[in-house]
Amino acid sequence: MKVNLAPIVPRIFFALFIVCTFSYYRVKIIKADSVNFIDLLWKIFMTGLVTTVGALAIRFFDYVFASTSLGQNPAMVNLLYHLLIGLIVVFLISTVVVWKRLILYQKSKTLLQLWNFFEYALVFSLVFDLLGNEFKSELYVYALIFVTGFSLVLSLNLKWIAYLNFKQKLKSILFILLSGIYLYHFISTLLAFKQTGLLIFDLYDNVLVVALFIFCLLYTAISVLVTLFNLPTSSVFERKLQEAVDFQKLSQAIPSGQTEEQTYDILLESSMSAVFADAAWLEIRTKEHPDGVFYLREIKHSQISDIKEQIESGLIRDIIRFETTAMIPSNKVIGHVKIQNMKSIMALPVMVKGEQLGSLVLLQEVNDGFNRDLVDIVVTFVNQASISIENFTLLSDALKNERYKVQLKIAQEVQKSLLPEHLTHNDHFGICAFAEAAEEVGGDYYDLLELESDKYGLIIADVSGKGTSAAFHMAQMKGIFHSLALPDVRPVEFFKTANKALSACLEKKSFITASYFWINTLTSEIEFSRAGHVPTYLYSGATGEVQSLEGGGMGLGILRNQDYSKYVESMTVPYSKGDVLLLYTDGIPEAKNQTNQQFDFERLKKSLKKHSTGTPTQIRDGIIAELNEFLDGVKLDDDYTLIVVKFN
Amino acid sequence: MVDIKTTKENDTCRIVVVGEVDASSSIQLDNAIKAAFETEKKIMVDLSGLEYISSAGLGVFVSHLEDIRSGIDLVLFGLSESVLQVFELLGLPQLIQITTTEEEALAKLG
Repeated sequence: MKVNLAPIVPRIFFALFIVCTFSYYRVKIIKADSVNFIDLLWKIFMTGLVTTVGALAIRFFDYVFASTSLGQNPAMVNLLYHLLIGLIVVFLISTVVVWKRLILYQKSKTLLQLWNFFEYALVFSLVFDLLGNEFKSELYVYALIFVTGFSLVLSLNLKWIAYLNFKQKLKSILFILLSGIYLYHFISTLLAFKQTGLLIFDLYDNVLVVALFIFCLLYTAISVLVTLFNLPTSSVFERKLQEAVDFQKLSQAIPSGQTEEQTYDILLESSMSAVFADAAWLEIRTKEHPDGVFYLREIKHSQISDIKEQIESGLIRDIIRFETTAMIPSNKVIGHVKIQNMKSIMALPVMVKGEQLGSLVLLQEVNDGFNRDLVDIVVTFVNQASISIENFTLLSDALKNERYKVQLKIAQEVQKSLLPEHLTHNDHFGICAFAEAAEEVGGDYYDLLELESDKYGLIIADVSGKGTSAAFHMAQMKGIFHSLALPDVRPVEFFKTANKALSACLEKKSFITASYFWINTLTSEIEFSRAGHVPTYLYSGATGEVQSLEGGGMGLGILRNQDYSKYVESMTVPYSKGDVLLLYTDGIPEAKNQTNQQFDFERLKKSLKKHSTGTPTQIRDGIIAELNEFLDGVKLDDDYTLIVVKFN
Repeated sequence: MVDIKTTKENDTCRIVVVGEVDASSSIQLDNAIKAAFETEKKIMVDLSGLEYISSAGLGVFVSHLEDIRSGIDLVLFGLSESVLQVFELLGLPQLIQITTTEEEALAKLG
């Protein structure tokens, strides 16, 4: 059988086949975004297995029919040979593509350039093959040496091996060795066919294929050797990697919303695994738990007490007894113990904001089980945990503060609603008020009730102290006023009853000063009583003088028995048109400016006189303006209230 | 803001208060007075150096009125005019012994 084909035709077909296979595997293996090295090696192994089984079948067929005319038919031999070529090319190319991925793992620019050159060289050899060079011809050998040189350099890039753990390394060696066997098998099969002398197209004439064979063999041999020699050190790499992972876990403990307990657990676990401790405990002492919260691993409370007793001096003693103050030198925190199996001890303080929050103690069953390097690792863990815990407390403090702020805001709103929004009055007088608290809430109170027609009850009260506790008592005062201020309860009687009521509910240190006025617009009289409160001023429009309405009176809640009635008096004064009644709390006369001078009663009286001709609002605003001018920016540290009543 | 010293002469305890007693420094005054009331029977408080006392400071004295009634002698002396006015407005002189001079205070304690 004679086929008249130009020798270039099969070469072109072969070149096309190689290009197609290459493209297919490049897309398939590179697109598959797996950096799992074992998976890649598994792919080589499986492709190798399938192609080798194919090759074996061809060999078997060849063997069975070797003595028959069919077996010696050149067409048949060449058909089988071409099938074999196909299988081999598939295996070689898939292997090369996988090697490429492994070589270019953690690539540098030079490495990438080198690989590109290698690929150009392969393309070049493909073209070179099209020209039809005989196996072992001079040019053929040069081209082969050129490509082999590249292969050798590339084969030394084996960084991926370092990322394998022990088990993975064993698997890799197995897979790569098997791939090597496939390669050997292919080469021998090809040689067997070559010896028949019937081939019209010899694969060995192709520089590209031979180069690929060499490259695959080289890389297989070198990677097996390197992996083999890396086996003994892999446990060290694994540990370093574990440390890095643990460290990362610790630093991520807080942002991921873990609790402090989880941080302690991670700290304990990672420290133990990093230094191969056989037992450990972590004791955390906080304000809520002054006796310590214990996190135990392979140890009992009784053993901890024994160890604490056994170590009587040195830094380790200080650390486990929470007496650490200064920086810790790493050689001083390791020592010996003798508790059951435990022989070595390492203790480190967990410091937060310069104070010892916890002590981490690691134990080992061998003598001198810990060294300074191991201490340094644990110190890193402890420091990271400290930062996490500090962040954690900062975060929760900030949240708490935010909650308090919201609560106070609510309290402020509630308190505002306790003071009257409108002061109802008739045509005989005008009234306005001003109140400000030093803190969010205060202890000043005022109110005006129409007891009956032409009779108004006006009260001003000041709870001792300021802030929240004062605000609570202020609310009680309002309750008492609204229940006791009746048309037939005279101011003096009101205070006697109020004192009795308040005696039962005021704190020991608290008292309330108050003044209560009955304004009778029919008789133009003011009947009042003063319970320890600062005197009220009555400005006379006729004389321009200010009368201080005092009378004997004791603060509410000071004397908590019947004797109180002896110390409170009832007074009555007439008023006329144009008179001004000024009620205030001690925050105003006691207001101090930068030179520590008080606004005092005299300035207040003078201010009242000065503004007395205006409307109640004008009088109030005038006095407040003068007070602010006097203070000149100094913030008041007491509550202050001002009420102006002007009679028409 | 306030400086408080407690000394003892014979059977009399003397507390000297200098400075300003406001809401925060009233705690110091309270501690001193509380300590004295626990062990002593005769206590004199020198307030000649007291420049200002807030209602919270007055509350300290108010809270010990019951102890005074139960037999402990307490005398305050040397109050400045403005401080005395604050005590008077509240009605405290009727419940606590207040004198002008130290001699008078000693005489009251007997």
